[in-house]
Amino acid sequence: MKPVAFDIVRARSLAEATRLLAESGGTARLVAGAQSLGPMLNLRLAQPRLLIDITGIPDLTRIEDTDDSVTIGACVSTANIEDGRLPGRGLDTLPAVAAHIAYRAVRNRGTIGGSLCHADPAADWVSTLCALGAECLITGVNGKRRLLADQFISGAYQTALAADEILEAIRVPRLSAGGRCGYYKVCRKAGEFAMAIGVVLNDLDRGVFRVVIGATKGRPIVITDARDLQRADESIDDDAILRVFDKHGIVDRIARRQKLAALARAYNQAMKP
Amino acid sequence: MATHGIGASVLRKEDDRFLRGRGQYVGDFRLTGTRDVAFVRSPVAHARLEHVHVPDEFKNVVFTAKHLTGIKPIISAPSVKGFKYSVEPILATDKLRYVGEMVAMCVAPTRAEAEDIAGAVTLEFEELPPVTDMLSACEPGSPLVHEEWGDNIFVEFSENGPIEEVAKTAAIKVTKTIRTARHCMFPMEGRGVIAYRDPRLRYLTLITSTQFPHSVQTGLCECLGLDHGLVRIISPDVGGGFGYKGLLCPEEVALGWLALQVDHPVRWLEDCREHLTANANCREHHYQITGYADADGKLLAIDCVAHVDAGAYSAYPISSGLEAAQIANLLPGPYVFSAYRCRSFAVATNKCPTLPYRGVARSGVCLAIEAIMDAIAREAGMEPTEVRLRNMVRPEQMPFENVVGKHFDSGDHPECMRRAIEAIRLSEIRARQQRPEPDGRLIGVGLSFFVEQGAHGTSVLASWGRPIVPGYEQANVKLTADGDVEIHVGTHSHGQGHETTYAQVAYEILGVNFDKIKVVQGDTLYTPYSTSTWGSRSMVYGGGAVANASRLLAKRAAHIGAWLLQTDVANVRVADGKVIAGNSSVTLREVARAWYLQPQNLPPNIDTGGLDVTAGYRAERDSGTFTYAAHAAVVAVDPATGTIEILDYVVVEDGGTLVNPMIVDGQICGGTAQGIGTCLYEIMPFDAQGQPLASTMIDYMLPGATEVPDIRVLHMQTPSPYTEFGIKGLGEGGAVGPPAAIVSAVNDALRPLNVEVQDLPVTPERILAAIDASPKRATVDHA
Ligand SMILES: Cc1cc2nc3c(=O)[nH]c(=O)nc-3n(C[C@H](O)[C@H](O)[C@H](O)COP(=O)(O)OP(=O)(O)OC[C@H]3O[C@@H](n4cnc5c(N)ncnc54)[C@H](O)[C@@H]3O)c2cc1C
Repeated sequence: MKPVAFDIVRARSLAEATRLLAESGGTARLVAGAQSLGPMLNLRLAQPRLLIDITGIPDLTRIEDTDDSVTIGACVSTANIEDGRLPGRGLDTLPAVAAHIAYRAVRNRGTIGGSLCHADPAADWVSTLCALGAECLITGVNGKRRLLADQFISGAYQTALAADEILEAIRVPRLSAGGRCGYYKVCRKAGEFAMAIGVVLNDLDRGVFRVVIGATKGRPIVITDARDLQRADESIDDDAILRVFDKHGIVDRIARRQKLAALARAYNQAMKP
Repeated sequence: MATHGIGASVLRKEDDRFLRGRGQYVGDFRLTGTRDVAFVRSPVAHARLEHVHVPDEFKNVVFTAKHLTGIKPIISAPSVKGFKYSVEPILATDKLRYVGEMVAMCVAPTRAEAEDIAGAVTLEFEELPPVTDMLSACEPGSPLVHEEWGDNIFVEFSENGPIEEVAKTAAIKVTKTIRTARHCMFPMEGRGVIAYRDPRLRYLTLITSTQFPHSVQTGLCECLGLDHGLVRIISPDVGGGFGYKGLLCPEEVALGWLALQVDHPVRWLEDCREHLTANANCREHHYQITGYADADGKLLAIDCVAHVDAGAYSAYPISSGLEAAQIANLLPGPYVFSAYRCRSFAVATNKCPTLPYRGVARSGVCLAIEAIMDAIAREAGMEPTEVRLRNMVRPEQMPFENVVGKHFDSGDHPECMRRAIEAIRLSEIRARQQRPEPDGRLIGVGLSFFVEQGAHGTSVLASWGRPIVPGYEQANVKLTADGDVEIHVGTHSHGQGHETTYAQVAYEILGVNFDKIKVVQGDTLYTPYSTSTWGSRSMVYGGGAVANASRLLAKRAAHIGAWLLQTDVANVRVADGKVIAGNSSVTLREVARAWYLQPQNLPPNIDTGGLDVTAGYRAERDSGTFTYAAHAAVVAVDPATGTIEILDYVVVEDGGTLVNPMIVDGQICGGTAQGIGTCLYEIMPFDAQGQPLASTMIDYMLPGATEVPDIRVLHMQTPSPYTEFGIKGLGEGGAVGPPAAIVSAVNDALRPLNVEVQDLPVTPERILAAIDASPKRATVDHA
């Protein structure tokens, strides 16, 4: 379990990092907290010639605060988020989710951007950021672009990033005063990857009522209008959810039970006044 | 009890270095010129090995079976009737028999480079159909792990009591089919070996993480054809063993051989992936068990067929038959009944060889018999604890011989059970179960009870036909020239705290300053030959030896001390580090000074053995001590997600005289944590081709700090009538009781849904599958 030999550079700017990436012709790999990449290197599943450490790039650890959103640098650690580094209101979900990712030692190093770019379907940030309608700010040699998180994640362990692109930051909209976000993760032990994730964002003041079914075999399932899953009395409609599972090929009876439970519990949290 | 003697919860001497990160494990040694070894291991479970292709550039640093001349394979065949022995080559020769089997040894300056070389070695083989399931392995026509056997059965054990009559008339008959999971032992420190030649003392020296240095020495001598006087084994600090380091590893033989060929030290450190994929080696059993009882829950008979998936080879020296023998022997557990029939099979499969994990076979055995007790309780409409109490040995029957002749030495089993019932607040839980929980979870309570045979001696192990049978354990105790005490023992602590507890024994007798008592262990050069530490034997046997040697030392010191005090030896006693006669005394330091530095002051006709004493010990009756315990668990099961939380956990244990109750608590809590792992988390899944499916700790789950509840430990102390100080062995019981107690609690919780789980581990998936299959299917509760 020792990696194949590689070189490592600590990039000082985004420009340097994108340039090194582009020049490497696919043999370089970015590294942030190394909490996902590290094991892959040790198992020799990844054998890059060059690692580009991006955690020293000042742009990537910045947090920018506006009235309706916060922009989190990709290299901000999960522990920082857990500890309340995000200013202002309407973002309570993020520290709450952070606290249940892995163990503190992993959270100290693991970054929100690294998690998103690793795109493990069972990862907590992946589902959460899709539900919150977060935007991914991307930089490449040819300039910048933006993608919604659920477009950024293109499949299991797959993103829309091009070979020379870096995720620079994530812009998360704030919830309005009456907005509620419910999050429920089914896992076997504290800090373990999820067997099922349900996220419900109920923020009708901003016209948002979004549902995410996470920990699937591919990208998270996003339902943009949760009213489709409601009964007339506003309770959650199990049958409608089961039809969503059918549509997305979630057939395993055990997985359906767990995902249903996760979603129903997230929904109930989000509907609490 | 004195401040540091028997019964004192003295802080552990070894913790000073452990807690400061100054322990010294194999990986901490730095020997100049050391090269690292990586093994090429079999990627398939069953194949005929045709060719090992080594690129030319690596020809000098890669070693395969064809290089290993003058080396014998590992053969571990107990002289039990009908045992079929396996020949385990150190590096694979013509056949590959499990994923992870060693094929080639690659040597390089660093492990990473050695792995590069290993990656460049390719194997040509013809795959054979693998034997992956112990039950189908016994069917006619199954592929064979060892063709020459004609079947896949290492050995069968049987007990053939008369059960037919009882079976015909019993009011209650219950049957259970139970499967336990193959898993990994996962000591914090993996295995590791450094091997080198010591030209000065003329030793092949191995620094290896082992529980028993002398048995490794003997095994290594056998495989390499060397005399004991040419092999030295050093086992430094050992970061957990649990049985995983209670064998001669093929890696030890391979590196020992290699060190004889090269002129530099060689080192191999097991990594987590090797541990997972090449060494998932414990606890895979299958039971088909039937219990018969009368209408009042009195157990009448047990009838069982059990299988153990023993893997491909028989490990040295414990053999592949041990678990199956234990099952046939231990299944009756603590209960009183007279008709017992059991057949147990050790089955060869294309998986790694099994080893005896803490509480050898007993967590499975306890689960099986306790499942029967629960089932009888249901049939009889009784509280499960009542059924158990009804079938226990009464204290006035002690010592008691059970249906297979196990000699329970002492104790009050029903009292232990009653204390557990009270401590877990059984009646409160029953009341709580009457109302629904606000969060929709289901509450259950379960108890298990078992006896823990420890410290087995010569008679037991000789009858198992083992190549290395324990006899008299020896200890060397001496006074230094300062009058301090140095103890040399052949047992080896791999977490048990012997540096503290042996010192407590010596303190009890000599009374010298506790801080000045030092225990030396883990080096064949400095310690008496010993079968060492396994089977909860060290405190009984090693402790007894330290006591005997300390007493002899006290006698010799008394002789010198009496002379210095100008009195007759009949007038003196040794206590508080002094030789005392009435109001006058001399310190042991003065005695030591006289012996070592001022011999002109010694008495005439002195014992020339001096103040350096070796003595041996064997229990008066060596059929083992019988610690017993009740484990009680309260769980909450979430019927919507299948997740389980342990809300409360109680252990009531009678381990005889406790030398250090704090260390005992540690043993019980650590064992219980492992038992929780066995019950709820740990499994190495294999696919139909025999591929192990978990290769990191993301896939292989162990309980963590948050999954192990605050375990409440209560003690009873009934001294053993047969051992020094009345000590009993108790190192394993913690790991034995949890699966039975927790499964019982989970099934108690699931009772309203009319479903049960039985197989280990009890995962959320299995809970939900049981609920899903129930006709009375629970609707999902969104609480
Ligand atoms: C024991 C353990 C338990 C865990 N449990 C959980 C859990 O319960 N829930 C959970 O969600 N996660 C869990 N994780 C994963 C953890 O959250 C990781 O930290 C995270 O997935 C990766 O973040 P990182 O900064 O370490 O990324 P790295 O490992 O450094 O990188 C991951 C991948 O992303 C790429 N990358 C990193 N940053 C960028 C960027 N800015 N732009 C483009 N590409 C980039 C890398 O090249 C690499 O391919 C666990 C990890 C461990 C080790």
